[in-house]
Amino acid sequence: MPYPTDLKYTKEHEWIKVDGNAATVGITDYAQESLGDIVFVDLPKPGSEITAGKTFGTVESVKAVSDLYAPASGTVTEINGELATAPEKINKAANTTWMVKLTIKSPAELNALLSSADYEKFVSEEAGH
Amino acid sequence: MPALEATTPAIRKTALNAVHRQMGAKMVEFNGWDMPVEYPSSGGIVAEHMAVRTGVGIFDVSHMGDIRLAGSGALAAVQHVSMNDAARLAIGQAQYSALLYSQGTFVDDVIVHRLGEDEFLLVINAGTREKDFQWVSENTRQFRCAVEHQSDDFTQIAIQGPKAVHLLQKLTDADLSALKFYWVTRGLVCGLKNILIARTGYTGEDGFEIYIPADAATSARVWKQILEAGKEFGVVCCGLGARNTLRLEAKLPLYGHEISDAINVWEAGLDRFVKMEKPEFVGRAALDKARATGVKRTLVGLEMVERGIARDGYKVLDEGGKEIGYVTSGSPAPFLKRNIALAYVPPAFSEVGSKVKVEVRGQGIGAQVVPTPFYKRPKKS
Repeated sequence: MPYPTDLKYTKEHEWIKVDGNAATVGITDYAQESLGDIVFVDLPKPGSEITAGKTFGTVESVKAVSDLYAPASGTVTEINGELATAPEKINKAANTTWMVKLTIKSPAELNALLSSADYEKFVSEEAGH
Repeated sequence: MPALEATTPAIRKTALNAVHRQMGAKMVEFNGWDMPVEYPSSGGIVAEHMAVRTGVGIFDVSHMGDIRLAGSGALAAVQHVSMNDAARLAIGQAQYSALLYSQGTFVDDVIVHRLGEDEFLLVINAGTREKDFQWVSENTRQFRCAVEHQSDDFTQIAIQGPKAVHLLQKLTDADLSALKFYWVTRGLVCGLKNILIARTGYTGEDGFEIYIPADAATSARVWKQILEAGKEFGVVCCGLGARNTLRLEAKLPLYGHEISDAINVWEAGLDRFVKMEKPEFVGRAALDKARATGVKRTLVGLEMVERGIARDGYKVLDEGGKEIGYVTSGSPAPFLKRNIALAYVPPAFSEVGSKVKVEVRGQGIGAQVVPTPFYKRPKKS
């Protein structure tokens, strides 16, 4: 299963892992594969507020620039500093390479996200056209 | 991340399309063509780029167009429609040139191959095929020569990199050691007779482009034979992604980016390919006038000095934040491992070392003018 069942997913290809009010966010394996060699990640400063469905950063591959969309609203508590010098880690392990840690504001928002099975179905449809 | 764009129904395919798909290439629409952008099986753009710089890679460039001019007036016709001096070409020699509008701006850039005393082959860009053919036809009516659109006749495969010569030599009876850069010959290739072999390319490396019959079975067979023969050299398939980063490092212009119908030869810095001593060619009078007036903008190489990547179309700002120009092509450079760009700026900012900014998502990111080409292949030892 390329999409772990303990994560929730957006249609913009981010994942979120929730533990109480704390959460970590990354991009999916499908996203890293579509982008190709990732060379740059731009993330918000710790303390920033991000809003569900709105962009909170950027990821760039050699050929493309892509916005990152917040799976949930909240306050950024930490960013993965390693990605400033080793963004290619996302290509190697998208499911476990987190980008930001959040304190989430409203857990009810998470109900709008996709389960692993729904996300897998969604990307197979997207890839199929 | 937004969904990938769907392809348009009228999209064109090269004879190798099915082979690319079988090999799992990521396909994109480019100038109306369904083309491989990268091959995950090769390791992606960076790996493909590095293979061409250090070993060998192959590209399907069949989307490129071809116009043949033949007849007693062919040289005069080519001289009239192109800015370089085709009279200097020996039979079997090629040159970089361009077709210009009467105002001195670009119809397209081309490689002119002299195949015979009275026979020339112009290799043109994919997105400008029809426009170029129409333009060349209309502007050569007064000459005794036939103008033939051969774009669909060939599968064009580029074999590029320092080991390209060793790879191709295994598959041909032509003596490649005797073929200099920007010369063409004919020979047996993969059992096919009389195949045009040009020592040309768009990567900044040594390499070859071969022109084989465009049927799918022959094209697939040759592609696979090249891959098989290239195993010992670590050959990989390369897509348009690596083609773009390779040509950018080498500062080779791309139509619609560094050159267009709104940019003239002096602005693009292609002075050494225009021969003003030729008494006449389309665009000459305008270029003569433009040279006297001087340029308002000029193409420069930029390197990002702060964290950020310049991309096509981004604004170039002065240190105070005022808009002064724009990026024509920008990307991370996989071999050089820097973020580079080509940009049009006023001449006052064109000196090497000039400090500018590139606007990335609303923020001015520091960059400076650097010497070009960014990459130059090492001289043969």
